[in-house]
Amino acid sequence: MARLVFMGRLEDVAGTGEMSVAPGPVEQVLAALDPALAVQLLGEKVRMALNGQLLTDMGGVTLGQGDELAFLPPVSGG
Amino acid sequence: MQDVRLALEPFDPVAEIAAFNARHSHAGGIVTFLGQVRDSGGVEALELQHYAPMTLPGMEELARITQARWPVEGLMIVHRSGVMYPGDAIVLVCAAARHRRDAFAAADFAMDHLKSESWFWKREKTAKGWRWIEPRPEDRQDLSRWG
Repeated sequence: MARLVFMGRLEDVAGTGEMSVAPGPVEQVLAALDPALAVQLLGEKVRMALNGQLLTDMGGVTLGQGDELAFLPPVSGG
Repeated sequence: MQDVRLALEPFDPVAEIAAFNARHSHAGGIVTFLGQVRDSGGVEALELQHYAPMTLPGMEELARITQARWPVEGLMIVHRSGVMYPGDAIVLVCAAARHRRDAFAAADFAMDHLKSESWFWKREKTAKGWRWIEPRPEDRQDLSRWG
C-alpha cells in the first residue's frame, strides 16, 4: 500500500491525518477519493511532497509500494 | 555553530538562554527572541503541527542559510510542536555575533522565515472550538523584506 498524509486544515476535511491507498498514478488515487476532499487537495495553495521531497508538478507521479504523499496547506509557524 | 531542535515537549526558555549565553561568552552581542502563547484574546490552547520528514530538515537548512548570510558565531533555534497553553514558549531564537547588528539581523531573518516558510501548521482553541490559523498578509510582507 501507499500512504496519503493530510496536514493542517486538510486533516479536518479528510477526517483523518493519514490514509492507506492502493499504489498507482496520483490522478487515479485522487479520483478514487471523496470528490469534496479531492477538490481541496488540488487547491492552488496546497503543495505536495513525495517521501519528504517537495513536488513541483504532480503530473506523471506514480505512487509505489510504501510511498508517502503529503498534502501541505499554507504554513503558519512561530 | 548551530543548535536546531524541534521540541515535542515543553522547554524552559530561561535555561536554554542561559546555556546559550554561557557557550558564547566570547561574543560581543547576543540577541534572543522568545515567542510565547499570548494570555489574551480568549485563546485557551494553541496547537502546532509538524511533518516529521520535512520540518526539522527545513529548520536546519534555514539555520545554514542564516549563518551564510550574517557572520554569527552561534545560532540556536528551538521550536515547539504539540499542544501549548497561554504562557508556554513556542519558539526561541538566539544569535551570538561579534557585533550587535549581525545578531539582530540574523535573529530577525530566522524568525520571519520560521513564521511563514517553515513546515508548521497552527490552530487555536477558543470557547468556539478549534480554528486553523492561515498566514497573515503581514507575514508575507515581513518575508519580502529579505529579497
